[in-house]
Amino acid sequence: MSEEDDFDLNDLDDKELVEQIQDDLYDGLDEEVTEGTEILLARGWDANDVLADALVAGMKIVGIDFRDGILFVPEVLKCAGAMKGGMKILRPILAEAAEDTSLGKFVIGTVKGDIHDIGQKLVSMMCEGSGFEVINLGINNPVENYLEAIDEHGPVIVGMSALLTTTMPYMGVVVEEMEKRGLRKDVHLMCGGAPLNQEFADSIGVPAYGRDAARSAEMAEEYVRSLGKRRGHR
Amino acid sequence: MVTDKKNTDPAKKRLVLGCGALVYDLLRLIKQNPALSDKVNLQCLPASWHNTPQLIAPGVEEYLAENSHLYKEIYIAYADCGTGGALDRVLKKYNAKRISGAHCYEFFAGSDVFEQLSEQELGTFYLTDYLVKNFHRIMIKGLGLDKHPELFDIYFENYKKLVYLAQTENEQLQKDAEQYAKDFGFEYEYRLVGTGGLDSVFEEIDLVPLATEEEK
Repeated sequence: MSEEDDFDLNDLDDKELVEQIQDDLYDGLDEEVTEGTEILLARGWDANDVLADALVAGMKIVGIDFRDGILFVPEVLKCAGAMKGGMKILRPILAEAAEDTSLGKFVIGTVKGDIHDIGQKLVSMMCEGSGFEVINLGINNPVENYLEAIDEHGPVIVGMSALLTTTMPYMGVVVEEMEKRGLRKDVHLMCGGAPLNQEFADSIGVPAYGRDAARSAEMAEEYVRSLGKRRGHR
Repeated sequence: MVTDKKNTDPAKKRLVLGCGALVYDLLRLIKQNPALSDKVNLQCLPASWHNTPQLIAPGVEEYLAENSHLYKEIYIAYADCGTGGALDRVLKKYNAKRISGAHCYEFFAGSDVFEQLSEQELGTFYLTDYLVKNFHRIMIKGLGLDKHPELFDIYFENYKKLVYLAQTENEQLQKDAEQYAKDFGFEYEYRLVGTGGLDSVFEEIDLVPLATEEEK
């Protein structure tokens, strides 16, 4: 038996274990991430801290390396799968927590004519990790779906995603319709997807363009925190 | 550094810079018109960028920054290819022209046919001759499915159909494409569409003589 086979996560102190969870998450090792999460909880860690310090912090590293071309989509998907393992344990605990730590509701969906959802699923997971209640509308969403979701859930943010140059202009249709109905003042808009950039977001009147999943989640959180400061709560 | 060392022939003052996934078709079109081979220098960039379109515009820009001074005219054998207008912004700087359309599927099939196919089944996965020939490298390995087959559902859960938009009639490629459709559990359709709008890259070259050639 090799030395590596003897390696036990329980032998690590808290700091080392958090770093190990981040490494395991980076390597897409879902069982190890799940085990590490369980150990931290068993040591009395708050679920919010496990989420923030181990999982979200780990995914931020993944996001940076994805942005810098060190990691590619397959690796990021494995990382996301590993995070899912940890989230499975944390989600029910977070939901039952007495203190409401939710950042609010985040509606996200791929726009009409587009069936690509890998990126928006990553954003969903990262936003959930950051503390949002995510409502994912899935793929091929006409403007009506966004409007209904706004009506039903009252989200603080609506995110639109597209992978195709041919479908990204549809985001402008959603923006216009929200404008007409006076929904812009209550709902912050974000957009993302491989062919998009800030210039495009500006051209359709979307204030926030998320270049990758980790940055999108960060921007969403920053927005809500800034709201809290302005409104004097949180 | 991507300096074009091949451009030593002063007569070849037209650059056709294309996607590596179009190389066979571009070479065939040049071969079909011998006059073209004297006029153009064909250079291709990595076909693997098919899976990473964010690399296309910077890659084209890097190439042109190093080599554009060698040419009088530059033609780009790319469509927008998922660059969201970023490629067009690069081409504007170099006064270069590209093929119209969103991607090679559209210019191979023609916009009307492509639109019709998309309307019939939005969840359609398209292959071309190049992608059938290089299916394992570009699709399986390129998407990491060789190492992580469990990612298949994440990539393809919204797809229902595979359409092979063929540039040439090739029985083996048809068999392979049909097999890939079966392996993926997709409905299969074969369409022989030829090179479609790709020819437009050369049409313009034939029509417009360069000033230097006129002077001869």
